[in-house]
Amino acid sequence: MVEDQPVLDVRNASIAYQTARGPVLAARDVSLTVYPHEIVGLIGESGSGKSTLAYGIMRLLKNGARLVQGEIRILGRDVYAMQKEELRAFRWLHMSMVFQSAMNALNPVLTIEDQIIDTLQSHQPQMTRREASLRARELAEMVRIDASRLSAYPHELSGGMRQRFVIAIAIALEPALVIMDEPTTALDVVVQRSILDQIREIQKVKGFSILFISHDFSLVAEFASRIAVMYAGRIVEVSASGLLDGDSLKHHPYTVGLWNAIPQLRARQLTLSGIPGSPPDIQNLPSGCAFHPRCTLADDTCRTSVPDRWSRGKSVIECHRFEVEEGATHE
Amino acid sequence: MRYFVQRLGFLLLSLWAAITINFVLPRFMPGNPAEAMIARYQGRLSPMVLHSLEIEFGISNQPLWVQYGAYLQNLAHGNFGLSITYYPVPVIQIIANSLPWTLGLAGTATVISSVLGVVLGIIAAWRRGGKLDTVLPLITMFTTALPYQWLGLLILYVFGYLLGWFPTAHAYTATLTPSLTPPFIGNVLVHAILPASTIVITAVGGWLLGMRNNMINTLGEDYVVFAEAKGVKDRRLMFMYAARNAILPSLTGFGMALGFVVGGSVLVETIFSYPGVGYQLVAAVQNEDYPLMQGLFLIIAVSVLLANFIVEMLYGRVDPRVRRGGARA
Repeated sequence: MVEDQPVLDVRNASIAYQTARGPVLAARDVSLTVYPHEIVGLIGESGSGKSTLAYGIMRLLKNGARLVQGEIRILGRDVYAMQKEELRAFRWLHMSMVFQSAMNALNPVLTIEDQIIDTLQSHQPQMTRREASLRARELAEMVRIDASRLSAYPHELSGGMRQRFVIAIAIALEPALVIMDEPTTALDVVVQRSILDQIREIQKVKGFSILFISHDFSLVAEFASRIAVMYAGRIVEVSASGLLDGDSLKHHPYTVGLWNAIPQLRARQLTLSGIPGSPPDIQNLPSGCAFHPRCTLADDTCRTSVPDRWSRGKSVIECHRFEVEEGATHE
Repeated sequence: MRYFVQRLGFLLLSLWAAITINFVLPRFMPGNPAEAMIARYQGRLSPMVLHSLEIEFGISNQPLWVQYGAYLQNLAHGNFGLSITYYPVPVIQIIANSLPWTLGLAGTATVISSVLGVVLGIIAAWRRGGKLDTVLPLITMFTTALPYQWLGLLILYVFGYLLGWFPTAHAYTATLTPSLTPPFIGNVLVHAILPASTIVITAVGGWLLGMRNNMINTLGEDYVVFAEAKGVKDRRLMFMYAARNAILPSLTGFGMALGFVVGGSVLVETIFSYPGVGYQLVAAVQNEDYPLMQGLFLIIAVSVLLANFIVEMLYGRVDPRVRRGGARA
């Protein structure tokens, strides 16, 4: 298909933090594509590199982090090849991001309306304040908040309202890609649900793609059409979410572990199995496959060599066990 | 509006407290101005003169509340009593003559040093790690550590005495009559440069360092990164998103500094023989001039309160959370 030029194309990207003990890789050799109109989930434990990857895609890496290898393309354009002003104009027009901490993403001393208008006028300088103000009302309506709240300051709004306005700002310029970095983590379950429903609704109308970052496996499985699983800075599996199950023959052992940790509402037995051990220290990764100390299926190969990427059906998996599988092809 | 009324109420209440303390304190002290006057003339005054002096200074043996009432009435009419040092000049006139000089010198110098320091602090933080940010904090750390009176004397010696570029004392050349003509204003400015530089040089560093550090913290806030991401241009990002949030602690400091302008310029005015409030305060203390001291203390207290009120109004303008009820989590 011609329209299948990816909106987001991450190719072999590695991102390193500069530390006193030298560079530490928070994302290693990551490849990920997001196609038009698609919702892709990115899940992993805290510290697995999800947010670093998101900031890397936005080219917003701070605190000594930088892209050390690979390419990140949005709509075919290399984000890291742009000049400063070019990047300023490109970012948000074609890709935007909803931050994890909606509570702190809004400037406490400006009204919501001013912050929306700032977004619009930074990209469309010819737009009058009146036009921008009308557009702000439209956006408020889109996230289902009464337009009268536009004149409020962030501290006068609830957490859910603030997050809705952050989403309104993210879609203000109708970008092709919206990255959502745990957009509902700080909110209670009910608000979480209504915001997710709204996001999906708006996404259907506007047709942008979403890279949805979360550590909530069941939430992502329901929300996204494809899921990328991140472990210790690597994407260990990408699968269609409809195909996910606890079948260890079809999925990465880590994915299976996550799956088995979800409580099943209709299941008879209520014992949940967790994944033994804890996430590795990325400054001091285990040899071979980084997951091997926690993997019940690990053998000597896993301890010594890093697995390659294997395609199996509609999944791409980084695991030695799939080398010998029938039907698996080397990526 | 509610905020304004609240703050105004607080201002009036503290004004009243200051005025009352100013009334009570001297009455706890032994002796009175008339006795001090007698002492100055070493007993060469007769009891009759003493009595007339007591009347003139408003000393009476009436109950305290009657005295308090009379005191408040006098204040309302601007009657602060007579100075002993400059007898029989009214205290209010001495204050009226010295306050403009202090406000003009220390007030202007404080405004200059804080604005300069804050702006440089913003720029240094914005270009963190750049040349400006490496050099400025180092220099200002040095100038901030300089003792203020020592620097004043040094400047006076070098530029006033050795080089003779600037006059060494007073607010204007004694042979001129004060007027609003360019030559006189020029004369005043030339006289103010050395004392003002002393204040600015020693004060600017504190403003710069404080603002720079706040600004660096604020630049790491999510709302600044978010604004950068959404494409807000540098200048607006720097001032409306970062600096406006980072400036709040500096604003509090500014209020305190403004309040201390009137009372805190004693050293500079003494070194440069500048005829301001500080200079008069030293004269009043040396001459046991209670009415003058009392009047000056009242003016100092009132100016601290007024300065705080002004800053609270500014604060309300800059930070909506102050104006419209407290911040919710």
